[in-house]
Amino acid sequence: MLIKKPDSIKSSQITPESIYRNRRQFMKAGLGLAAVSSLGLPSLARALEYDIPADLPQYPGPEWMRAQLAAAVRNDAFSTTEEPAPYYNAITHNNFYEFGTDKRDPVRKAQDFQTDPWTVEIAGEVAKPGKYNLEDILKPHALEDRIYRLRCVEAWSMVIPWLGFPLADLIKRFEPTSKAKFVRFETLVDKEQMPEQDSIFSTIDWPYVEGLRLDEAMNPLTLMAVGVYGNALPPQNGAPLRLVVPWKYGFKSIKSIVKIEFVEEMPASSWNIIAPGEYGFFANVNPEVDHPRWSQATERRLPSSLLSPNIVDTKPYNGYGEEVAQMYKGMDLKKWY
Amino acid sequence: MVLNLPFSSVAQMRLRWWLLFLLPLWPLANLLLLGFGNDLGTDPAKFIVDEMGTWSINFLWITLAITPVRHFFGWGWALKFRRMMGLYALFYAVLHLLAFATFLIGWRSDLFFRELTERPYIVVGALALIILIPMGITSTKSMMRRLGKRWKTLHRWIYPASLLVMLHFIWQIRASFYEQLIYGLILAVLLGYRLYLKYQK
Repeated sequence: MLIKKPDSIKSSQITPESIYRNRRQFMKAGLGLAAVSSLGLPSLARALEYDIPADLPQYPGPEWMRAQLAAAVRNDAFSTTEEPAPYYNAITHNNFYEFGTDKRDPVRKAQDFQTDPWTVEIAGEVAKPGKYNLEDILKPHALEDRIYRLRCVEAWSMVIPWLGFPLADLIKRFEPTSKAKFVRFETLVDKEQMPEQDSIFSTIDWPYVEGLRLDEAMNPLTLMAVGVYGNALPPQNGAPLRLVVPWKYGFKSIKSIVKIEFVEEMPASSWNIIAPGEYGFFANVNPEVDHPRWSQATERRLPSSLLSPNIVDTKPYNGYGEEVAQMYKGMDLKKWY
Repeated sequence: MVLNLPFSSVAQMRLRWWLLFLLPLWPLANLLLLGFGNDLGTDPAKFIVDEMGTWSINFLWITLAITPVRHFFGWGWALKFRRMMGLYALFYAVLHLLAFATFLIGWRSDLFFRELTERPYIVVGALALIILIPMGITSTKSMMRRLGKRWKTLHRWIYPASLLVMLHFIWQIRASFYEQLIYGLILAVLLGYRLYLKYQK
């Protein structure tokens, strides 16, 4: 490539949380004002326009979510300047094994997946446990648009614009107790809707579970996503609520979450249960530590041309080292892969 | 045998030859059609590599199936097509390798070396291909004559090759072992039949 684009967030670009929060307040106020003063004009709030070809399905999300989605604002401080993958690629190339093991199974089989109404159970070491409607969980949060790199353990990667809010904000609201050291997530189990959960050949013991250490969950980069490309999440991408942890391999970013539990001990995670020698709990992107079956030193950035494959060197923590490396200080990353 | 009747005349035998020669080219033609129709998905490289690999396995299993099929259905003519099916297995295996080298690693020798040293399933796949190559080279009639008895010995290497191919396939299991189970069961029957024949003697 001739034009080199900066592809990691420099520490100077990271806005201190207080300023960023103020800015959000300011923007919210501004948006309110805009809404009043521009009646009849196109909404100023819709700053995020992605090129979505007319022949591809769009996912507007449930009625109640639309205003929130439309009000989302790009958070440049947390976004890569790399070009996002075309919409087509992001919605047709999915690992969502509940719907099948081929990359194209989810887009084929998930289209009728019911994602509204949706309840999420908050459980464990937390002051406000209970079952909540997704609407009530989302209500207090302003959505941000963040363009993240996504790195799959199978050594492909993609750049994707997510819509979501920091998981930290959600965690603070439900007030975990001092005993909470880890957060454990669960995906829906519904054999009627998710055909692969009914397969006797599956290596996964459903539900799919994942987890983060509390400080990882509270990291400003950790995003609870409800949308992509300015719209709601397509079912194949983990609608209606999924995690995005950009410095970890993609399988950590659990989809279609129905339960968030605060626990004392490191929770078991699906891939770690299946093959503990291959998939660790942390699963931080690390070119130095190979997966026993797939070398991790390079990745293919999709979409990739056939005759000159788009091979890029994998960076530690998927290029987010400045933001996250301090959380793993003193840890032997060969042991805690 | 009744099943032989539709292909009894010379013209019909010729037709059968052409059918069995052209049909195995369909997977390749299909990929080209999909490619020109821009219908290979988001990761065409991986799709093509996987597709070529699968068809190589299919033809390897078909090659192994010829003996039992001949015995059970009395299809004597099938033997004439065994070398052709074996060559198609090699053909798709070579395309599988070429697609891997071109589309997935862009002929980067450093990557190629790393894949060969760090990915055990690629090593067993490569070994299987290395075994198949001399079998392909010696598949001509003149080579059969020249090698005499040794020809058969050499071509029995299809058994270890098929086991390596199966291992190459099993090693890629992630969330489902459905395909590997099916292919494994078929291979077990095909190789088991050889053992049965051996102990019958």
